[in-house]
Parts: sequence; C-alpha cells; structure tokens
Amino acid sequence: MTLAMPKPDAEAMARLPDLLTRLKGVLPADNVIVDPRGLKPYECDALTAYRQPPLAVFLPETVAQVAAILTACDALGIKVVPRGGGTSLSGGSFPLADGVLLAMGKFNRVLEVDIENRCARVQPGVTNLAISKAVEHLGFYYAPDPSSQIACSIGGNVAENSGGVHCLKYGLTTNNLLGLEVVLIDGSVIRLGGKHLDAAGYDLMGVLTGSEGLLGVVTEVTVRILPKPSTARALLIGFPSVESAGDAVAKTIAAGIIPAGMEMMDRPAIHAAEAFCNAGYPLDVEALSIVELDGPPAEVDDLMQRVSEIARDCGAVSIRASNSEDERLAFWAGRKAAFPAVGRLSPDYLCMDGTIPRHRLAEVLTGITRLSGKHGLRVANVFHAGDGNLHPLILYDANLPGELDRAEAFGADILRLCVEVGGVLTGEHGVGIEKRDLMGTMFDEIDLAHQERLKCAFDPNHRLNPGKVFPVLHRCAELGRMHVHRGQLPFPDLPRF
Amino acid sequence: MASTLKPRDTRDVAEAVAWAAAEGQPLEVLGHGSKRGLGRPVQAEHTLDLSALSGILSYEPAELFMTARPGTPRAEIEAALAARGQMLPFEPIDLAPLYGAGGGSIGGIFAANLAGPRRFKAGAARDHLLGFKAVSGRGESFKSGGTVVKNVTGYDLSKLACGSFGTLACFTEITFKVLPAAEKTRTLLLFGLDEPAAIAAMARAGGAPHEVSGLAHLPAAAAALSQVGYVRDAGKPVTAMRLEGTAISVAARLEALRGMFPGIAQEELHGMNSGRLWTEIRDVAALLDAPLVWRLSVPPSEGAATVARMRSTGAPVTGWLYDQAGGQIWLGLDGSDAAADKLRRELPRGDGHATLIRAPDALRAAAAVFQPEPPALVALTRRVKGAFDPKAILNPGRMWAGI
Ligand SMILES: Cc1cc2nc3c(=O)[nH]c(=O)nc-3n(C[C@H](O)[C@H](O)[C@H](O)COP(=O)(O)OP(=O)(O)OC[C@H]3O[C@@H](n4cnc5c(N)ncnc54)[C@H](O)[C@@H]3O)c2cc1C
Repeated sequence: MTLAMPKPDAEAMARLPDLLTRLKGVLPADNVIVDPRGLKPYECDALTAYRQPPLAVFLPETVAQVAAILTACDALGIKVVPRGGGTSLSGGSFPLADGVLLAMGKFNRVLEVDIENRCARVQPGVTNLAISKAVEHLGFYYAPDPSSQIACSIGGNVAENSGGVHCLKYGLTTNNLLGLEVVLIDGSVIRLGGKHLDAAGYDLMGVLTGSEGLLGVVTEVTVRILPKPSTARALLIGFPSVESAGDAVAKTIAAGIIPAGMEMMDRPAIHAAEAFCNAGYPLDVEALSIVELDGPPAEVDDLMQRVSEIARDCGAVSIRASNSEDERLAFWAGRKAAFPAVGRLSPDYLCMDGTIPRHRLAEVLTGITRLSGKHGLRVANVFHAGDGNLHPLILYDANLPGELDRAEAFGADILRLCVEVGGVLTGEHGVGIEKRDLMGTMFDEIDLAHQERLKCAFDPNHRLNPGKVFPVLHRCAELGRMHVHRGQLPFPDLPRF
Repeated sequence: MASTLKPRDTRDVAEAVAWAAAEGQPLEVLGHGSKRGLGRPVQAEHTLDLSALSGILSYEPAELFMTARPGTPRAEIEAALAARGQMLPFEPIDLAPLYGAGGGSIGGIFAANLAGPRRFKAGAARDHLLGFKAVSGRGESFKSGGTVVKNVTGYDLSKLACGSFGTLACFTEITFKVLPAAEKTRTLLLFGLDEPAAIAAMARAGGAPHEVSGLAHLPAAAAALSQVGYVRDAGKPVTAMRLEGTAISVAARLEALRGMFPGIAQEELHGMNSGRLWTEIRDVAALLDAPLVWRLSVPPSEGAATVARMRSTGAPVTGWLYDQAGGQIWLGLDGSDAAADKLRRELPRGDGHATLIRAPDALRAAAAVFQPEPPALVALTRRVKGAFDPKAILNPGRMWAGI
C-alpha cells in the first residue's frame, strides 16, 4: 500500500449536508447514497488493493442534474470523482474520502443509430459491448474492444482512451470518436464535434479523450461505427522462444501487413489459459501468438498464407488456422480469459500496462524474468504484440505481509524498464493513482507543468478527480506565474534578418 | 523594427520566445510560410522562422514511425517514406496549387491538422502525431507523448497541438505514425448520378464491408476540369470510389462494389489514373480559378442539401465538389464578398462548420475564417490559449480575432 492519497479535507466533508440541501429540488433522494452500507459496493474500482468509501454517491439521470451537482460541489469546495463501470485498473475511479462519486450508470441509453452517417449517439453509461449489440443487426460494430467490454462504459473508455485487440488496425477510442457533450466544473455544457469530422477550433475532444475524468464529465458520445468485415479468421502460432515470436511480429509488420489483431502470451499465461478454458493451446511452446486477419475471403486467405510463411521462417513449431467461426472464437477464448485464468493461479494479481517499441520485446521479457527473480514473485505475460503493449500479470498474495508492496515495487521496475527502452508507462489503462508517482520517469517538471496548466484551464480549483495522474498537486496560481527576465540581451548570436 | 528570427535549434527557439514574452512582442510563427493563406493574417512585427529546424531524425519502417524536425520539407518526408514503401496515411492536402506557395513543411501539416480523401478511413493528422517537443508561449521547451501508438501517459497534447496553427506552442521535433503504402489502387467511377443520389451511393459504399478509402463526387462542371480522360470527357457528374490493398483483395472488392450499383454506367481507373484523380480531389484542383474557397465539414448525409441551400442564398457559388462521402465539401465563390454569415446560416443545425480557405488578406482579417464558437467554448478556448501562451505572443489572431 505505497500509494498515498492527499489528506482528506475535514471541513469540506462537513459541508455534505449543505450540498444535499442545495441539490434537494434537483436530484431525487433515490439518486443519492450516503449510508455506509450503500457506499460499500462503490469503495473501489478494478485496482482492488485500494479501498475507500466515498463521501456520497450521486446517480444523476439528466445533464441538468450533472451540471447542478458540479456547480454545487465547486461552490462548496467538494471534490468529484466520475465513475462509469468501475473497471479501471489504475484507480481512475477510485473514490476519495472527501469527494462524491458521480456514478454515470443511469446514463444508459443508445440515443440514435445513424447508418447513413455511420455513427451512433449514446449516453456515457452504455457499455462498450452494448454499442456493438445495438448496431449488430444492421451489419455494423464499434471497433475498440477492451477485454472488459461487457462491463466498462463508453464514458470510461473515453476517459481512459481504451484499446482492445483490434486497435492495431482500427485505432483506439480516440480514433473512433466523432463528438462529445461535456459538462465542465462550472456547470457549463459544451458540445465538441458531432456527426461531421474534425471539429472546428482546438481539438478539445482529442485532449478530453484519455484525460481520466480530470477535465470534465462526459454526458454524450458520438462514435463511428464500422461495417462488419465479410470474413475474419485467426492463426494460432506456437514458437520455441519469445525471441522468435517477437521476431515474427516485427517481420509481419515490416512486410506491410497490418493484421486486425496480433496478440502474444508467454508460457505461464498459455498454461493458465489452457487450464482455465481448454482452448486447445499447445503446451510445449514458449510463446503463442494469435493473429487475426479480416476482409474479403480472398484477401484473408492470401494473408493467412503470408503470415504463416513469415512465422515458419522465424521458427514457428505449430501453426493452426481457424476454419470456422467457432474455431476462431475458441482461439480467442483463452486470450480473452487470460486475466481470470491467471487469477486462479494466485489469490491476487496486479495487471501492468507498459508499451515498448516492438523490436525490444524479447529484451524486455528477459528483463521481466530477471526482475521476477529479484522480487521473488511470479509473472505471466500477455500482450498486444502488434503495438508493443505489454500486460505483465504479477502474482501475489495480499494476505502475506509485505507481498503487495513487493508486487508494486516489481511493477514499478517493469514500467521503468519500458520507459528506459523508449516506451511509455501506460498503453491503455491510464495513470490513475497506480502510475501517478512514476510520471517523473517519463516527464520532467516543465513537461508536467504544461499538462497541469491544461487542467487549470478546465478546473482551476482541482475539484475533478484530484490526486490522480499528477504526483504533486500544484495550485493553479503558482503554475500560472511566469518568471520573466526583462532587459537581458536576447539571443546575442541568433541569426536575424 | 521588424525582424525575422531564424533559430537553429530548440534552445534558440526557447530564447526567442522567452524574449518575445518578456517584451510582449507578438511573433508570427512560420515553417515554410506556405500556408500563410490559411487562417487570419497575423499582425506581428517579428517573425519566427522555423525552417532551419530541418531534417529527419529517426525513421524505423518496421516500427511504423518517423521523427523529424518541423521545418523538414514535405517532399523530403514523402520521398523518404516512398523509398521504403510507406506513406503518410492521412493523405494531407497539398495547398501549393491553391496558395501558389510551395509544398510546405511537415510541422505545418500537423499544425494545420490537414487530411485528404482517406480521412474517414485513416484519420487526420491528429490521429498520427504520436509525440512532440515544442516551446510554449512561456518560452519553455516541453515534450508530450512518445514514439509508440498505444500511449495514455498524461494528457494527449498531440491532439491539442494539431490544428492549433502555432497559437499554443512551436514544434521543435515531431514523431508521427506512418503506414505501408497499398500494393494496388483501383477506382470505380459511376456516371450520371445527381447529387442526392451520389450521396446515397457513397453512403451505401461506405456502409458495405469493402473498405473503400475514398468517396468523392464531382458535379459535371468539376469533372470537366479533370486531367483524367475518363472523368473529363464524361460530360456528366462523376462519383469516384477508391479501393486500396493487396492485388487479390482489391480485385475481389472491386467486383463486389461494382455489383452494388447495377444499371449505373461504370468505369474503372487503374493505378496511374487513380493516383492523378485523387490528387486532384485532395488538392481541390477543380476550384483553382475561384477567388474565394470555403471548406465545409458536415454530416455526409447532409452534403447535397447543404450545398443546395447555400446556392439558393444568392451567394455567387461558381463550383463545388464533395469529398469524404459528402462530409467534406469544397465550395468556390466569385466576387469579393466571402458571404460568411450567409453561408454559415445554412449549415446543418449544430452539426458542421465552415472554414474560409482561400481569400485575400483583407477579407480574412475581417471575416471569421474559422467557425465562430458558442460562448462557453470561446471562454474555454481562451483559457486553454492562456495556459500555453499567457502573453498571447504566438500567432495572435491567426485563428480568431483577439485569441
Ligand atoms: C478484466 C479487465 C480487462 C480489461 N481489459 C482492457 C483492455 O483490453 N483494454 C483497455 O484499454 N482497458 C481494459 N481494462 C481497463 C478498463 O476496463 C478500461 O479502462 C475502461 O475504459 C474503464 O471503463 P469504466 O466505465 O469501467 O470506467 P471507470 O473505471 O468507472 O472509470 C475510469 C475513468 O474514467 C472516468 N470516467 C468514467 N466515466 C466518465 C464520464 N462519464 N465522464 C468523465 N470521466 C469519466 C473516471 O473518473 C475514471 O478516471 C480492463 C479492465 C478489466 C477489469
């Protein structure tokens, strides 16, 4: 438990009754939870090692209610943590003792499906999978597909800029959004984009995406939907070493092939997945990759062949091609269940999320094995190999004193390693509280100050989700100060004309 | 006294901007200056010329990214990519024909968030900027993002920087995603569709699983100006649908796409002619003679109706064409009145915007070049500008008067 939150503000907490009074005519009593029993289910997100009941939970149903809650909280100095499905793995929706949790679950309607413009307008509490379900009968789907898609909300996806196995070809959340409606902390409602492309003015939709609930509350999302590919087939390829598997990934991309998905698992992950769901994975290999190709049948057949050849050249020992939709889904079943499968190996696990340049894969995995020895904890690796996004799963037992601390130290070492080889701290799970204190390994103070000032432009009093993302909470007034040195001789040797 | 500052490296840029901030001296920030015609003219005594910050710093084809200094010529970037069979997937419009000012720099392409016909499939410049280093209006050098596609570490300032026209920060280094160029390109032409029918046909093609990467419609007058024989000599409106990919795939998809439009006169263009036609569409070749050019961004299904409404306002519309399935419309006007308010009133309600792409300086200084925003958004835009450039010295007024 190494991650500390800012000390709760007792005075702000004492103003809860004032807040409830202010909201009386706006938010029905049924949409407010304050009793400890009712708060309990909201005490954590998917970073379950950290628990803290919020001051209160509000469940708004209208944009006007969201605006009223934000305005009142801003005025009374009470913090607000937005929450969608609560599946964040980085503590993005982790509650604050002195903050209300704004649970967006009642914003659960698909507002419009517009096939002519190939988009859907939905409320933020709609789950990721529900969007695809809503357009499925028309032959369409929503491309970004996080493994948590039955539970996570599109609002949470926007806040985290979530990805999935199909992001290699179809992009992340940010590449699949057309419009947002957002309520700012001062209660103003802004609409960014719409059914057209490229909003006028600054790309505020782009910067709100992935902002982890720190800039505004999303109340409506317009997403692009895509026609379902006419065929999709997958290859299940076993390799004698992680190096050869990594090599095949790099060579496939270098050959100009961008598969719909290209995933990899190491030995411990393969065994865990196979034991969990009998997907038919080979157990005598060191690495397994799943490559999905989609498009017209002729193209898919052709690329299956090309990818297989590359794999064989890299030393693949087994190659299976799916010959039916059931078989394709079976190939994926193990991968999709990798987290719970690994969860059975150990009472607890931490899921990490670094990204590295593809060609450093083997080297980083060797490093992770070394770190596993150093910290005395087991690790299983699954990754979105196509885009270099690693998910090492660190196994630990929270009931053994000190193990969580060790697991966290191990995780931090892995992420530092990712940054060292030219990668980043998080590919899709977000910084939240989990990676907050590591931000300094990627950014210096000036970099961070530029990000924090953007926060100040949206939320000058740090009401929205404070304590997340940034290691230090600077006051906006302090950040805005400029130290100008007047009268110095400017750039004496700069060429001028 | 007016001067041009020509920094050689990041430190020079930081020094120059710090000086300007201290002295309250606005700077016109330029790469090659090829896009000075886009946006409002900047009133600044001093020019910050970034063209000396040039050169490709790192290019690893297998990692699908390139890092370059902002002043690197577009032509140099495209040549380096082509040599390895890769491309800028967002197909940025080349404004040289419209502005007569050269191909410009890679920094300018990102600062203006340009994109071409492939936009609806591949994204715009904003979808490809993976990270950057820049100097903000505070005279401080900072970085954001990285070199990998999957990265949510901190705010995605790349998105904000794209399309901010140098009003927030000056790029000193940019890293962007690149992709393999397609093996084969084919274009299906449909002849004789009127505009509503063309919009409907493009929606059907875009809604089918054939991965079309270009959907454009040229009214007869625009088609007649093409250099591509099949298009120029059609004597009719021409609807163009592009397919790219492996040879096997393109052949299969082309057949399927043809089958969707029975009874409509068709033709198919191969590689060379395809390339020529899509370059013409991308660079708005049909409107090169129009003194005033607008770019409209609307929901694709509203394209034809929007043009019809705008023409009926009495504004002297002389030519137009539809790109991106009808979602991007280029409109040419005669005369010396940009008709900004008149045209903008006819945009679909609350869903679309219009940018004045070509007009004389005086007109662009007087008219709102970019779509005016509602008050809450203006206030937020001002605060964002202030966060990066508190003294308002970087390209003041380039996007909106007073910002
Ligand atoms: C088993 C499992 C598998 C996963 N697999 C993937 C994966 O493949 N890819 C991936 O990218 N992620 C994955 N995740 C992580 C997680 O599901 C995503 O981050 C998801 O987008 C979170 O959505 P949520 O609705 O649960 O958000 P929450 O956890 O409720 O919130 C996440 C963040 O969003 C903010 N937020 C939520 N709603 C709003 C709103 N309306 N307005 C403003 N801010 C808001 C919160 O404040 C918080 O910062 C996985 C998680 C689990 C548990």
